[in-house]
Amino acid sequence: MKFTIEVGRYNPEGNYDASAVAGTAYPPPWDKAPPRRYQSYNVDLPEHAVVLDALIAIREYQDESVAVRCACRSAICGSCAMWINGHSHLACKSKLAEFTKNGKTRVETPPSMPVIRDLVADMTPFWQKHLAVKPWLQGKKPEPPPMEEYRVPNSAMEELIQEVSCISCGCCLMDCESFAVNENFLGPHALAKAYRYAADPRDALTKERLGEYSAPGGIWDCTHCYECVTQCPKGVAPLEQILKLRKMAVDAGFTHNAGTRHADAFADSVKHSGRLNELTLLPKSVGFFNIVDQLKTLPSAFNMIRAGKLPPIIHKSIPGVQRIKNIFARVGGRFK
Amino acid sequence: MKVAFWPGCVSKGACPELYVAANAIAEPLGLEMLELTEAPCTGAGVLSEQNPELADSLNGLTLAMAEAKGGALMTICSTCQGVLSKHNHRLKSDPSRLEKVNATIGDQGFRYGGTTEVKHMLWMLFEDIGIDRIKAAIKVKLTGLKIAPFYGCYILRPAEYLGLIERPERKTYLEQLIGLLGAEAVEYSGATKCCGFPMLTFNRDKSLAMGGNHILEAKDKGADLLVTPCPLCHLNLDGQQPDAARVLKKRLDVPIFHLPQLLGLAFGLSPKELRLDHHVVPTRGALEKVELKV
Repeated sequence: MKFTIEVGRYNPEGNYDASAVAGTAYPPPWDKAPPRRYQSYNVDLPEHAVVLDALIAIREYQDESVAVRCACRSAICGSCAMWINGHSHLACKSKLAEFTKNGKTRVETPPSMPVIRDLVADMTPFWQKHLAVKPWLQGKKPEPPPMEEYRVPNSAMEELIQEVSCISCGCCLMDCESFAVNENFLGPHALAKAYRYAADPRDALTKERLGEYSAPGGIWDCTHCYECVTQCPKGVAPLEQILKLRKMAVDAGFTHNAGTRHADAFADSVKHSGRLNELTLLPKSVGFFNIVDQLKTLPSAFNMIRAGKLPPIIHKSIPGVQRIKNIFARVGGRFK
Repeated sequence: MKVAFWPGCVSKGACPELYVAANAIAEPLGLEMLELTEAPCTGAGVLSEQNPELADSLNGLTLAMAEAKGGALMTICSTCQGVLSKHNHRLKSDPSRLEKVNATIGDQGFRYGGTTEVKHMLWMLFEDIGIDRIKAAIKVKLTGLKIAPFYGCYILRPAEYLGLIERPERKTYLEQLIGLLGAEAVEYSGATKCCGFPMLTFNRDKSLAMGGNHILEAKDKGADLLVTPCPLCHLNLDGQQPDAARVLKKRLDVPIFHLPQLLGLAFGLSPKELRLDHHVVPTRGALEKVELKV
């Protein structure tokens, strides 16, 4: 079967091609996106071939200058993660026939990551984030470690199987929309790892961890887009782990942040009126005494008022709001 | 066709033009919308993450109310759709969870049998109302307009809650609809991405950069306007657009239409009837292209 592959190419050592343009790929930051040009190759492969088969065939038989990173070819080592048609996938797990769109398949590094060459993204930001969450068990100190193994009930570890499946391929970070605009965000893989250790009964510093993860760049900087859940080739569902960390952090008392204020204001509004009060949600989330950030929201508020998009000043409750209050009284937990 | 209708909080709050437009196109589409006036807010995912049991109960109540009306529950908000789909999935797939919720809402006189199907208006257009009915209602072809679709995360991901594995075509309805109305769909990567709204209160500048980038990409590819089935996306893309332009230091000025507004124009309703004069970013330029005036 004949396939056409468009390879996004970049060589930082020299502007080897005048057609290489900075920032042709989305999403931005465009000014940081590496210059690249797309070079087409035709390959003849069996119908069941994967994208990596095509890239290896190109490198071996057509153009040895194409740089591609791979090892196991079995979706275990995670080294061939790249953007295929604008989303991250393992090249060894992606069937060419399924990805061919308008007669071709486009492969490149994600524009949010630095590039070593061609299809080889520089994983330095990935590993920095990985290390930043301290992905190892931290015991009690200064007690000496016990002379026998730590015993953990099966049920506690079953809860963590999903996160343990992570192969550190980077697919989640490569498609992370928060990371694309905020390089300080710890990112989905690191926070999924963070949950794996924070929720491990053998870890003694859970509370300290939750404090660190609640800081700017941490759990509250996720935009909830579910791209990481969709793109993870191992079913780790990083966003679901971030949400668990948010709950753990709030339960542990780390509530001095916009994320918790937002959840509290939200719950308060629904509890009292059955629906959202947009007029008070934003200022309550930002924090009434956070004057600088309050002022930043003013121009938008004026624009919306001018357009006649002001929510009703008198916030009316829905009919039958008592039912909602009763439900909150019964299962509202912290929001009772 | 009778449907239970959940308009969501935002269409009755900061995006009142959506509620007006959705009601205005009900008649040409042959929809009798039975609004659930006593249903609570879905919690927009915020309550789900902090207290899943509470969110199960609140959304279970809405699903039970829709069940009592018979037929499907129609939403006009990607976020409501996503949250209701998620909790519907949780309740349908776990009988013990459903029982727990029924114990909670049972005290309030409701019971959910697990039969409600939640469908965004966008899905109903293709799956229940039908292309023929839409075609018959079209009075003005939107020829010449280049329209960039913007879905909103919650109507696309995660696929298993939203029935996208069984019906992958749901990921293409906006493009199909734009073509059906005579306009041209702009192909760009932002169509399926996040508007940034969930981060607006935590990290304002990054949230605005996120939404602004998608508008900029659409504009670079020639879009006259964006159309979205999600009012929360609309709040960030339209309501915050002047601020996003400041953050990106670029000119944007791309109007954002709600899905029912676009349909309404094609059905011959006037821009005023669809409240296209109630946007932060003026819709005039795009409307003039199809010789309509605000």
